Amino acid sequence: MIISVASGKGGTGKTTIATNLAVSVGKDVQILDCDVEEPNAHLFLNPSIIETEKVMAPIPEVDETKCTYCGKCADICRFRAIIVLGETILTFAEMCHSCGGCMKVCPEGAISETGRELGIVERGNRNGVGFVHGRLRVGEAMSPPLIRKVRSFTNPELLTIIDAPPGTSCPVITSMKNSDFVLLVTEPTPFGLNDLMLAVEAVRILKMPHGLVINRSDIGDGQVKEYAAKKNIPVLMEIPFSRKIAEAYSRGQLIVDAMPEWRDKFLGLYHRIKELAN
Amino acid sequence: MKIAVTSAGTDLDSQIDPRFGRAANIIIVDSETFEFEVLDNKENINALKGAGISAASMISRKGAEVLLTGFCGPNAFKTLKAVKIGVANDVSGTIRDAVKAYMEGKFALADAPNTEGQW
Repeated sequence: MIISVASGKGGTGKTTIATNLAVSVGKDVQILDCDVEEPNAHLFLNPSIIETEKVMAPIPEVDETKCTYCGKCADICRFRAIIVLGETILTFAEMCHSCGGCMKVCPEGAISETGRELGIVERGNRNGVGFVHGRLRVGEAMSPPLIRKVRSFTNPELLTIIDAPPGTSCPVITSMKNSDFVLLVTEPTPFGLNDLMLAVEAVRILKMPHGLVINRSDIGDGQVKEYAAKKNIPVLMEIPFSRKIAEAYSRGQLIVDAMPEWRDKFLGLYHRIKELAN
Repeated sequence: MKIAVTSAGTDLDSQIDPRFGRAANIIIVDSETFEFEVLDNKENINALKGAGISAASMISRKGAEVLLTGFCGPNAFKTLKAVKIGVANDVSGTIRDAVKAYMEGKFALADAPNTEGQW
């Protein structure tokens, strides 16, 4: 089973939920941190990293001794990653989306494949909890190919928990696609509600079962709950705005380590998700 | 000499549009006769990506040797450099005054882009 933890708004507690859920389940579980622009699950899990792999995106390289400057490569590229100006051909590595179109249409076979580094994927584990995350190269703008690489380590024999990036754009969709359940984490503020509504719309287009965790549930107002009731979204867990939890977080500690009584609550959450996903 | 100037309007008394790739119009001015051609930049304004690269190849095809504009990003700059079009950045005022000032040697040509790439 794949459970994605997503949110719309950033800073609502996705990583807190994903890491505590994974450690509470404890075995036959893996966590994939797909927030490759700023992965942080490792800060709470302290996994030992066993393998590091560089991830490349294929980009074109032109052999100018073969190029006739016909411009067919430039015509097919909607991202302007390759252009022909008179007898000059230029490539823009960082614009390229790696579709391979330019290589296919070149009548001279002058374009070959080289690579641009997207980032790295690191794999390891913590006390039997499998761990995978990606780190996007600083300066790189395209995260979905690296996220797909992280997701390629999904082991169908395990419970897979995906820590998704915030928002509702391509990186989020790439992270949570084909999940059996999406756990949406929000906070009861107008800002939290606004972004939750966007996230719910995205999840409903993808037709994935979903439920809500309300973090810092005793602040703000009642609008998130009203919205959840109206839209028939089950509220699966509420976490109060507690100094003890905040202190543990600030030390990089899991809630279930600092306050072991929370382990049963997270296990309860997991069982509710299992019921709802089927 | 043909000089390309990014323009908010469609004549020589228009103000310079500070953007290059997504400028409203690009005017190609003959520096001796002040005859000009207005290039509608609508297609680049709506481009998904690479507006600067396209605008640079467009003015290259029109035979421009120099570009006067406000901001020129790294991809546009690389394209212009490849086709040997000089760039004067941070130019403002009317198209006519900018071309005159350039011909009087008041602008130095840039050796680097003066804005970040946009995503």
